[in-house]
Amino acid sequence: MATGAAKQDIRVLFFAQFREQLGCDQLALASTDVTDIASIKHTLAKRGDMWQQVFTNSSLLVAVNQQMVQDNIVIKPGDEIAFFPPVTGG
Amino acid sequence: MKSHSFRRLPVADTMDIKITVQAQDFDPGAEIKWLERDTSEDGALVTFIGKVRDHNQGEQVAHLYLEHYAGMAERSLQQIAEQAKQRWQIGKIRIIHRVGELHVDDNIVFVGVTSAHRQDAFYASQMIMDYLKTEAPFWKKEQTAAGSRWVTANQNDQNEAQKW
Repeated sequence: MATGAAKQDIRVLFFAQFREQLGCDQLALASTDVTDIASIKHTLAKRGDMWQQVFTNSSLLVAVNQQMVQDNIVIKPGDEIAFFPPVTGG
Repeated sequence: MKSHSFRRLPVADTMDIKITVQAQDFDPGAEIKWLERDTSEDGALVTFIGKVRDHNQGEQVAHLYLEHYAGMAERSLQQIAEQAKQRWQIGKIRIIHRVGELHVDDNIVFVGVTSAHRQDAFYASQMIMDYLKTEAPFWKKEQTAAGSRWVTANQNDQNEAQKW
């Protein structure tokens, strides 16, 4: 699953059109580099034009450890963060 | 929005709530039998089946692909079922959601609820579907004559979910 991610890293997952636009389904971030969801978005947005577009998209939803949360949530080492668009199942 | 919680949920099969996310089809008859087992006090059993329709947003749909967030999808359905149980007098709840490639007429979702009273069973199954459509991490990608496209979230679904 998490390719080469050390235990203290933060695992970041992407789903649906965001996964396709980024050409990436997951990555690991060093937990020392980020403090909360807003800082993860800020860090990832700097990776390129498409990243900028995805991480400034107002419909972007985020889950921490498989629970939907808001941007001000503080991140701990070992957390699993997921970014995805509004859900369309059922 | 839900609070940031690390509570461990039971593996998605408690005695009276059973949740499955699977690629294969389901047999509604077998699911009804499971719902009827040990629920003799329940006089009502409501089921809902959601299917792939042949059109959406003005285009013919050939097939669709259902993506999900494994782990969170099951957990989210379990939480939705628990909320329904807290709110109404419910015996058992069964939810199945399919993933992967699905074709026109295929089953997508099964919701079954038993209750002593029909109103509770109707309300609970409706609330489960409304919450599922706005909270559970599943995404549809449709294949149409014009190519493939991700289905966009429906504001009406949001409105329906907020009514509860």
